[in-house]
Amino acid sequence: MNIPVYLDNNATTPMDPRVLEAMLPYFVEKFGNAASRNHPFGWVAEEAVDYAREQVAKLIGASEKEIIFTSGATESDNLAIKGVFEMYKEKGNHIITTVTEHKAVLDACKHVEKMGGRVTYLPVKEDGLVDLEVLESSMTPDTILVSIMYGNNEIGVIQPIKEIAAIAHKHGALMMTDAVQAVGKIPVDVNRDGIDLLALSAHKIYGPKGVGALYVRRKGPRVKVTAQMDGGGHERGMRSGTLNVPGIVGLGKACELCMQEMESEAKRLSVLRDKLQTSLTVLEESYVNGNVEHRLPHVANISFKYVEGEGLMMAMKDLAVSSGSACTSASLEPSYVLKSLGLSDDLAHSSIRFGLGRFTTEEEVDYAIEVTKKSVTHLRELSPLWEMFKEGIDLDSIEWAEH
Amino acid sequence: MAYSEKVIDHYTNPRNVGTLDKASHKVGTGLVGAPECGDVMRLQIQVDDNNVITDAKFKTFGCGSAIASSSLATEWLKGKSIDDAMKIDNMDIVEELALPPVKIHCSVLAEDAIKAAINDYRVKNGMEPIASEKVHH
Repeated sequence: MNIPVYLDNNATTPMDPRVLEAMLPYFVEKFGNAASRNHPFGWVAEEAVDYAREQVAKLIGASEKEIIFTSGATESDNLAIKGVFEMYKEKGNHIITTVTEHKAVLDACKHVEKMGGRVTYLPVKEDGLVDLEVLESSMTPDTILVSIMYGNNEIGVIQPIKEIAAIAHKHGALMMTDAVQAVGKIPVDVNRDGIDLLALSAHKIYGPKGVGALYVRRKGPRVKVTAQMDGGGHERGMRSGTLNVPGIVGLGKACELCMQEMESEAKRLSVLRDKLQTSLTVLEESYVNGNVEHRLPHVANISFKYVEGEGLMMAMKDLAVSSGSACTSASLEPSYVLKSLGLSDDLAHSSIRFGLGRFTTEEEVDYAIEVTKKSVTHLRELSPLWEMFKEGIDLDSIEWAEH
Repeated sequence: MAYSEKVIDHYTNPRNVGTLDKASHKVGTGLVGAPECGDVMRLQIQVDDNNVITDAKFKTFGCGSAIASSSLATEWLKGKSIDDAMKIDNMDIVEELALPPVKIHCSVLAEDAIKAAINDYRVKNGMEPIASEKVHH
């Protein structure tokens, strides 16, 4: 077992050595530009890109012509949201999303607002799921796009995408989903789910950083997005820029491996995750955040009340995890995702996200359980809030000096 | 963010963790911060008849720097008169622990806790509380 133990697979995943192996020839030996149509160097690169396109498409049940390669999911989200707005703004100027989206979606929506668009940020229920009735009542004749994430990065809840897409389509809007955390972890099928645009990233599925894709539906309806970068008209004119051939080959291989191993991996990881969760919620005053049924198999987000998240992570220095504590974020605000579930700030400060992955072993999970239990217990001995709780003092009755 | 060695030392081996009898008139208690802000410090001092601090204890809910700041504060308090203790400045803590700018509020909280504990003791013993001339936040 390697120390520290890596349990932050929602942030990024280690690259699978099989992915690296697939990529290696495309750096030095097969270096061609996939857009060079007149010599074998270009043909070899183009062939590799085409093959990768098929691998990516297959994982999400799409056709290879519907895959646009990008630099990652942030770019895919931006291209989808701004690109749809620019393309369809004559039809309507309204976009619907949720408050728990990734910043790439939220900030792209803010940009759309600056361009004259109107955006509705739907609240979520206490379990993190979108209320379909609220969605339906938010739809207007001007709504051109509904953008709702597939699986949440912080708490792992899986939104009812198929039902959401049906509502979007009923009202004549397109369905976009940021599926970065879901693709390759659970079965995602753009036709079964009714998805018109989908963002995915290689580095969350054991591929390289700096490459991702946007799925753009070609049939029923044919969706178009306005390019956000001017240049040589690559990727059917939607995304200019010389293709990152080794990265794309890596993304393709990563998708192929997920396709083959996803089902057994999901089973294995949910058993390990459940073991972790069950063992840790034995601790008094610990709470699992988000819906536990509709949840990605590898994620558990747990709040350990009366212990502060950053302090806890420092005690668990041999575990690489992340926290919703303000102290760990640049903004000094606790996690907006946890707060939108109605969690009080102190519980948001006390949260730890465990993200298991392909290379997580049972031994590592056992170690994580032991270290977490020990650290929470230790820090509670240091916590005045824990002492007050144990004495039966109602913390809400105290007038805290806000600072 | 990497922590300084001194922060790690105080965090790993916190000095003077514990609770004094807050009902005793010889004990001053300062409870500062708020759970929703992510840090709460409770600092207590035991004072003898000559107004010298003979013991100090803390408990802190917060990040590593907050725990280290309060641990260090208890070390500094012991043996000081309450008048000298009042002079402890948050920047002394920042310097000693090499806190980065984003963690300065932890030292401010520790200074506030010291002053709150001393004033609690003063009020209990018929003295005027001393207003802090510094406005931090």
